[in-house]
Amino acid sequence: MFGLHFRLLCVAGVLSGITGATLVQAAGPDAYDPWPLLAQDIFENRPMNDGAGVIAIEMPYRAEDAAIVPVTLRTLLPLDDSRRVLRITLVIDQNPAPMAAKFELGPEARVSEISTRVRVNNYTDVHAVAELSDGKLYMTKTYVKASGGCSAPAAKNADEAKNRLGQMRYRQFAKPGQGPVSGFREAQIMIGHPNNSGLQMDQVTQLYIPAFFVNELRLWQDDSLVLAVEGGISISEDPNIRFTYVSNGAKRFRAEAKDTEGHLFQHEWKIDDSGI
Amino acid sequence: MVHRALLAALAILGASTISLAQQPELSVTEIAPGLFVHHGVTELMTRQNDGAIANVGFIIGDNAVAVVDTGGSVREGRQLLAAIRARTAKPIRYVINTHGHPDHVFGNAAFSNDGITFVGHRNLPRALATHGPFYIDAFRRTMGDELIDEVRLVPPTLLVDGSLKLDLGSRSLALRAWPAAHSDNDLTVLDEKTGTLFAGDLVFLDHTPVLDGNLHGWLSAIGELSAVPALRVVPGHGPVSGWPAGLADERRYLETLASDIRALIGRGEQIRAAADTAAATERSHWQLFDDFNARNATAAFSEIEWE
Repeated sequence: MFGLHFRLLCVAGVLSGITGATLVQAAGPDAYDPWPLLAQDIFENRPMNDGAGVIAIEMPYRAEDAAIVPVTLRTLLPLDDSRRVLRITLVIDQNPAPMAAKFELGPEARVSEISTRVRVNNYTDVHAVAELSDGKLYMTKTYVKASGGCSAPAAKNADEAKNRLGQMRYRQFAKPGQGPVSGFREAQIMIGHPNNSGLQMDQVTQLYIPAFFVNELRLWQDDSLVLAVEGGISISEDPNIRFTYVSNGAKRFRAEAKDTEGHLFQHEWKIDDSGI
Repeated sequence: MVHRALLAALAILGASTISLAQQPELSVTEIAPGLFVHHGVTELMTRQNDGAIANVGFIIGDNAVAVVDTGGSVREGRQLLAAIRARTAKPIRYVINTHGHPDHVFGNAAFSNDGITFVGHRNLPRALATHGPFYIDAFRRTMGDELIDEVRLVPPTLLVDGSLKLDLGSRSLALRAWPAAHSDNDLTVLDEKTGTLFAGDLVFLDHTPVLDGNLHGWLSAIGELSAVPALRVVPGHGPVSGWPAGLADERRYLETLASDIRALIGRGEQIRAAADTAAATERSHWQLFDDFNARNATAAFSEIEWE
């Protein structure tokens, strides 16, 4: 389902790139609010509840570097709430592919914070929509000004981007006070990948460079899912996800990523128990 | 009806003739014999400054002229052309772009004609294709339709991979394409006759350096650049300076940025902390610090994380 939506949006983006993205954007950031249609397309017109107290989104007000804009999603449900967050969808309204990512939270992992980096093409609303175990959607949003200057949501160093293809890094962070519950962990996964948008024309062939990006990432502690991510071209080059979770005592952390050319990248790490 | 259309046509013709005749010249300084530079203002590109924020220049040989960068709007490019024509009737043979950023290439269209060869780094066509449309959209906001509508992305047809010499008639220019540093398409131009190095944005003075390539590569390039046998540098931004002394401030800034970011990553800080704190000690040394430092820190963080 996600894949279909994504492709539709992606094609729309490509077409506008051909026929006049300049014209669309020249009309100004406030001329057209794409959210009602996005909500209809991505969430099938399901009612949206106020996300206050459920989900928070943090981004800098100004995108300093259009290609790398940090975003943090935080779940706010109290520990004794009977509901849990099943998934969080991140939508960057004015991007060519607005559906940036969908995060599915592992049933026992108690993920409460997810940070990643996205591309921001324009002045835009950014929506975070949490689906809870009560079957309802809860929405919050923020606003980001596109960067000025010679910053573009494209590769800074296009050759290097290819050289790192498939490299994976895992890092675990010490957390003073061990967080709100015992076994609280914070970790980061990095995947070397150009995550190419496919919206640019090859100067020589005059053909659009095909999109080439990580569309699926799954993370486990032993065999228990921590986080599954469906992503698109709005995720920055070298996808980077930092998140909190609660350990189930597992000794291994595993990651599996797939990209649009069918590559499968897998890695596993021993979890460091020492003082973390 | 016909009468009115004719009048309108005459009015347009008249207006364009006047604007050509009165095309003001860009102010330029002859910093070495036959080598002229326009000093860009240290500002962001706006409607008010015509995007004329980068240093641009030209070099006159016995037979021909080479232009180094064309400025941040076609209007600036036309004024640069007028400044050249006020000083020599020799043909312009080359327009050399030091890299693909808008303040250096948006004036290219003013020089588009059959006799002129555009020269750039082998990566410049790709950079213009992938970044150029975003620049046009982004600068429309700050520069307005009038200046941006006439901008054309003119890619080079003579590509430099490694090094290349151009001869203007008893005057040789040594071009060098660099690995990713300020951008991934940096090119320098050494006028061997006067020992003047057009460094493009590999060298910033006063204007906060802008990282849009590779920090490690930039620091390596600075090491190699310092060995270039030049007497003076025309930086991409800031005053013409002695060489290699003109590299010192930029080197210190970039080294500070790199070491601050390494420390932040070592402590497990998030990328947003880098934007807020890295290279803060450099603030008083640079203009436009708040416009570019946080961005540099963000880019540097995502690079250094992979070390």
